[in-house]
Amino acid sequence: MIKGKAIKFGNNIDTDQIIGAHHLSLATIQAMAPFTFEHHAHFITHFTRGDILVGEENFGCGSSREQAPAVLKERGVAAIVACGFARIFFRNAINLGLRLIVCAEAAEIMELDMLEIDNDCLRNLTTGRDHEIEPLPPFVREILDCGGIIPYLQGKN
Amino acid sequence: MNVIEKILASHTEEAAIHPGMIVKVGLDYVMANDATACLAIDIFKNELLADRVYDPGKVILCMDHYTPSSSIAAADSHNKMRAFAGEQRLRYVYDGQGVCHQLMMEHHVRPGQLIIGADSHTCTYGALGALATGMGSTDVAVAWKEGRIWMKVPEAVRITVTGTWPAYVQAKDLILKIIGDLTAKGATYKALCFDGPAVRALGISERMTLSNMAIEAGAKFAYIQPDDRTEAFLQGAGRSEYPVVVDDEDAEYERSLEYDISNLAPQIAYPHSVDNVGDITAFAGLALDELFLGACTNGRYEDLAVAAAILKGKKIAGGVRFLVTPASNAVYLRALASGLIATFIECGAMIGTPGCSACFGGTGGILGKGERLLTTANRNFKGRVGSPDSEIYLASPAVVAASAISGCITDPRRILQ
Ligand code: SF4
Repeated sequence: MIKGKAIKFGNNIDTDQIIGAHHLSLATIQAMAPFTFEHHAHFITHFTRGDILVGEENFGCGSSREQAPAVLKERGVAAIVACGFARIFFRNAINLGLRLIVCAEAAEIMELDMLEIDNDCLRNLTTGRDHEIEPLPPFVREILDCGGIIPYLQGKN
Repeated sequence: MNVIEKILASHTEEAAIHPGMIVKVGLDYVMANDATACLAIDIFKNELLADRVYDPGKVILCMDHYTPSSSIAAADSHNKMRAFAGEQRLRYVYDGQGVCHQLMMEHHVRPGQLIIGADSHTCTYGALGALATGMGSTDVAVAWKEGRIWMKVPEAVRITVTGTWPAYVQAKDLILKIIGDLTAKGATYKALCFDGPAVRALGISERMTLSNMAIEAGAKFAYIQPDDRTEAFLQGAGRSEYPVVVDDEDAEYERSLEYDISNLAPQIAYPHSVDNVGDITAFAGLALDELFLGACTNGRYEDLAVAAAILKGKKIAGGVRFLVTPASNAVYLRALASGLIATFIECGAMIGTPGCSACFGGTGGILGKGERLLTTANRNFKGRVGSPDSEIYLASPAVVAASAISGCITDPRRILQ
């Protein structure tokens, strides 16, 4: 079970916003992590480890930079809930073992709502509402359950 | 099967595949650049504990985003790539010779191939009838080791374009229009197949502009069926051997869209999303601080030629900066030989080193607070080229050239009047 407060974003959150281009040449993800969402004041003020990011449509669009989900994981994002994710971001996050949740009603969640995610249910403890989660394809679920594509592949060998 | 399914199937052990199926595919090339390769090298060595890449002739590295190295961190990451290339005896390493996608098209891509790159605009190679898509550094590291990767078979969307291209209306205007209609997520996971007489009328350069931006609607692949022009391009590049793959008679497409470009106006994408698109008439007169002609979208010889024809003998407006960056050394040499570079310098432009340049801001052209950029690149995300308080507008080479003269967004069709 994952429990954490919501840090809320809108539509089309692109990877440039998550981690700016000029930080990508830094040597490690740890060195980049302090610049996560550097121009989003609410993230900087409110986010603490274990929180859940909530976006609306097309979260993670733009560049293929895996540094985007990697810095989010490094900062301790417990899961990302959105109405939909951009393809490359989705794949990168799953490969890293970062939990993504597709929920058609994600837009109804507000900044700092307390959320609880348990199997296939997303509960908003602040509003008392339950939201349906779209199940992940079994193959993707398997990768996530192993903690990412690398442990998954190592398990196969 | 449709042509997308057929090309994918030819890279698997399956006889028939269908959309939604997850397949393991063999890869013809795996490309990474200096924004993504170092992370892949770390994963390859430290997490996959891999020793050798699957084929040193198929793993291609390009240094283009931060070249010439613009910081100590960039220099260190370039050295890490050079060391890896040496250890692995990689055959193709492009160290400051242009934008990765341009180099892939000039030197490697053939119809029917399946390619991944650690860069979202890898879908550009569909202009030559290859299936190519962007992935992250972990996928690329896995592909370096295994030469194979899992993929979901996408549904295909056919976009048929008819009509006659009006003067000063270019492929860039069409693709901006399409993205505005589809929205930034409208083609997520899909293959966008461009066809019809108005696409056939385009040269490979403009076809690349179309396929390059498919990702801005979320697409996985772009595809243009090879034809005589493709053949001529490949002959010129010494790559005339490739399989001919076409749709089966019962080929299925998820949907078909139609565009007639005869009355299309030049298009502008306005801040801060690529699907904010409108006719240029709504933006005419908007004052600019910087203009950029270049990037994998529009940094080719043909793009430079269109702009130079408009700029010949003119001066850029006072108070604006105009940066022109050829997409590769080959483009640069050709533009030098034919006098295009002289035209740009005489009109007041700065010439950048072939590479990503002000598309990404990795080597300069960064915007200050409150500044406005008009660019031929493909993304106008907030803060992509510097200050989060700057604005980025996307347009065709013709619009950028006409606007450089006036210093504000200008409809190139006015030149005709
Ligand atoms: S030119 Fe721009 S879009 Fe193309 S690869 Fe470079 S940074 Fe990416």
